[in-house]
Amino acid sequence: MNLIYEPWPWYVAGPLIALIMFLLLFAGKQFGMSSNLRTMCAVGGAGKAADFFKFDWKKERWNLLVVLGAVIGGFIASQFMSNNTVEINPNVAEQLSIDYGITSANEAYMPPELFATDQLSNPFVLLVLLVGGLLVGFGARYAGGCTSGHAISGLSNLQLPSLIAVIGFFIGGLVMIHALFPLIF
Amino acid sequence: MKQTVYLSIGIFFGIVMYKSEAASWFRIYEMFQFGSFHMYGIIGSALALGIIGIQIIKKKNFKAVGNQQIQLTPKNKSFARYAIGGIIFGLGWALAGACPGPMYVLVGSGYLSILVVIFGALLGTFLYGVLKDKLPH
Repeated sequence: MNLIYEPWPWYVAGPLIALIMFLLLFAGKQFGMSSNLRTMCAVGGAGKAADFFKFDWKKERWNLLVVLGAVIGGFIASQFMSNNTVEINPNVAEQLSIDYGITSANEAYMPPELFATDQLSNPFVLLVLLVGGLLVGFGARYAGGCTSGHAISGLSNLQLPSLIAVIGFFIGGLVMIHALFPLIF
Repeated sequence: MKQTVYLSIGIFFGIVMYKSEAASWFRIYEMFQFGSFHMYGIIGSALALGIIGIQIIKKKNFKAVGNQQIQLTPKNKSFARYAIGGIIFGLGWALAGACPGPMYVLVGSGYLSILVVIFGALLGTFLYGVLKDKLPH
């Protein structure tokens, strides 16, 4: 087994994510990947439109560095450490192919049906990506955090609000996949 | 010096997200189909260690570098914002198949379409900032 090249199992990845949270805590910060969106809005001048973006974003520059690091990490992992295919449950892969014509499971890291660059000329795909992102950004700020901020940081600190948020994440996700996907795709 | 630390933590995070496949649309879809333990295992094991570690940090009163307080700010008490905001986030998480961390990782992996998702997320954040006072919290 080649630990660098093979996909990392959950029992390697989960503890490493906990380690990242602790590293940030000992650096005097909190692990949460959605607050950088607010910082970017503030840098872009959103403070002129809403007080929510009027804060000293220079103090939050560290989270933009984490973002830059994540981009670099994605580059390193995809270029040098991966064959860039994801193998999922064969039944789910078959269902994806039959119901939605997404046939690339086990062959790609992301479905080209949605993420190939030339698909951007398809208005439907463009709308799916845009609305998906919009809901993520709006929801994360409304709920005060995302998967890292609530599901990892908040729940680790036994915060009831984070439990409510995480239950919400799963309700939303399940509704999308089971009730809305058949209507959308 | 500190800048390098944050950058390195980010690089490490990016590699972990990509290599664990948590950044893959397929894994998110599979998770919501209950098709595999993988994503639950990642979140669950991170959480189990996280809870233990944070209890120890609190008990032993550990300090962050420079003797500053460890940031464990309690979340504000409320139901509406977490429930409604959470559900909206979940809808987007499943639709785009990406949450705020993996989005950036995918930029580095060369999926340029993810920039549309990031643009949407910035727009959503902006919209929240504008509408904040009109929403139940």
